[in-house]
Amino acid sequence: MSLLSVRDLTVKFAMRDQTVTALNSISFDLAKGERLGIVGESGAGKSITGFSLMNLLSRPGYIDSGQILFDGQDVVQMSEKALRSVRGNRMAMIFQDPMVTLNPVLTIGQQMVETLRAHRKLSVEEARQIAIVKLREVYIPSPEERLEQYPHELSGGMRQRIIIAIALLLDPQLIIADEPTTALDVTIQADIMELMLELCQSNQVGLILITHDLGVVSQMTERTLVMYAGRIIESGSTRSIINDPQHPYTQGLINALPQQTLPGHQLRQIPGNMPTLAQVPPGCAFNPRCEFATDTCRSQIPKISQYGDVEVACHEVHRLQTEPAREEEQA
Amino acid sequence: MKDLSSAGPLLDIQNLEKKFDLDKGFLETLKLRGGRLIRETRAVHAVNNVTLDVHKGEAVCVVGESGCGKSTVARMVAGLLAPTHGEIHYAGQRIDNLSRHAMRPLRKKIQMIFQNPYASLNPRMTILEALEEPVRHHNPRYSNAEVRDRVAEVMRSVGVDPAWAKRYPHEFSGGQRQRIAIARALTVDPEFIVADEPISALDVSIQAQVLNLMLEAKESRGLTYLFITHDLSVVEHFGTRVVVLYLGSICEVADTATLFSNPKHPYTKALLSAVPQLKDDRPNHIRLKGEIPTPINLPKGCPFRSRCAFANKRCDEEKPKTIQQPDGSLVACHAVEEDRLDTAASV
Repeated sequence: MSLLSVRDLTVKFAMRDQTVTALNSISFDLAKGERLGIVGESGAGKSITGFSLMNLLSRPGYIDSGQILFDGQDVVQMSEKALRSVRGNRMAMIFQDPMVTLNPVLTIGQQMVETLRAHRKLSVEEARQIAIVKLREVYIPSPEERLEQYPHELSGGMRQRIIIAIALLLDPQLIIADEPTTALDVTIQADIMELMLELCQSNQVGLILITHDLGVVSQMTERTLVMYAGRIIESGSTRSIINDPQHPYTQGLINALPQQTLPGHQLRQIPGNMPTLAQVPPGCAFNPRCEFATDTCRSQIPKISQYGDVEVACHEVHRLQTEPAREEEQA
Repeated sequence: MKDLSSAGPLLDIQNLEKKFDLDKGFLETLKLRGGRLIRETRAVHAVNNVTLDVHKGEAVCVVGESGCGKSTVARMVAGLLAPTHGEIHYAGQRIDNLSRHAMRPLRKKIQMIFQNPYASLNPRMTILEALEEPVRHHNPRYSNAEVRDRVAEVMRSVGVDPAWAKRYPHEFSGGQRQRIAIARALTVDPEFIVADEPISALDVSIQAQVLNLMLEAKESRGLTYLFITHDLSVVEHFGTRVVVLYLGSICEVADTATLFSNPKHPYTKALLSAVPQLKDDRPNHIRLKGEIPTPINLPKGCPFRSRCAFANKRCDEEKPKTIQQPDGSLVACHAVEEDRLDTAASV
């Protein structure tokens, strides 16, 4: 059985003059210990998905319909009390900016001990010992001393390691990481990615990695969802999506990367912008930016269907295969 | 004098140095050491002894991690910060010690584009006002019609519809705002553009649009760029030459193709190996020990030595100078100079 099963999740935001749909009937599964990437550009709904999984949405956002089955229980229907036993305990979240997550006026030790004692019956000393073990797991040198330090005394990379240690404190089954390395320098990012990969593999922890960076997804995950304007438009194994993307948007996203074009030549850009949630066009949301769009694309929302190794939501996916546009890549 | 300047580099930076004092007031400088009151000032050494030239038509990229001084270099070149030591020459003329008045004609030639298009456009000015302001400032004799034509032409060239001129910045998306910021730099017909992380705040598909626009402007207007970025894939695409900075000092300067095919400095190698690759899921990432030390009161020796696997006693004592390599690149590393990188790696 899968660890997490999301079914037709729809999230809406009630704004003053209208209600907008941020997530439109998304469904996906995550097996135990699996690593899943969610990619897309700003406004695609990646972070909203992360928040919804923990039922952390706050006004004006709300879950309109759908199920989020975590270990067989529906997170959407859970009471506040039941949610508290899930959040931070069996499901943990890592955010982009460690300074926002850490409390600046408490020492690292106080924050870790507090988290442990909120969920388990432990003495302060027992909790401290667990904290030291976890800090050692994330390769923090002299963890005993770190416990006495405040967040501002540590570097960005060190803080993100501490966040990971805190996420692992209660041995969760699932970690949701929202852009965990975006604020870090490349050399530090590489370290943190290696660390997360190692910890997830050795402890059989499931990972949902939310990012805009296709390189990070490629190295960290086994499966990938591509989101656009609140819908999943393509999903499948990370290798198939990177090497042989089917949806025109995914193709465009990969082709737009500078390393896909000879130096000094014009990059293959996607024209236009992602629509705002209040102005999603009818039919396929990508149609105004898509070179293959037809009248069907402009009126009907494409359904997700299996195509080759991936699932894709596109009316024209069959035509794309035979289109001469693909041959240019070899030329 | 004109002939002399056209033969030499357009921008010539010599031994540039910038220190930021941390202890400003007299009382802040007083410290108690061993029972005695002494005066001591701490300073952030943001840029140390950077020498660099940029020729006409080049796109020189400055790369490095946060705190390496790349933005400080950009700001000094654009005349927004005064260097502590060293000289900056533009087309044969020294520009770092000019008065505001003397600097004015140069500001027309050297324009800057900033990272955050949300902060670099005045929210209370319409796009038209924002774009007309520099044209009027630098060309006081232009008639209203000339100003309007100039602005409309630039707007079209960056793909911003002139019909949007009456709108305010908040009505545009991030990518459009960055185009407007680029348009603002282009309205005064500059020769040299200093761009500080111009696409870092944008989404991938929008990054491509803005990068294409900058490449196009380079071709059609014959612009020269000093491009500051942390993103190495952008450097490989956009740059003709690359400068790698670490803790305010130059590690390596090389032609883009040379740097990516044959990096020499241990830091450059580590930096290149750390970039997440799209196609290769098991990269050989060179792990650096530790983290970037603080640039406050830099110790002597090589700035990279605390994280370098090849550091020896000489690296602790003596700061390496940049030395020209057979393929033309400049590398500041004792290990490269002594040719002990490969031998050490095989042990």
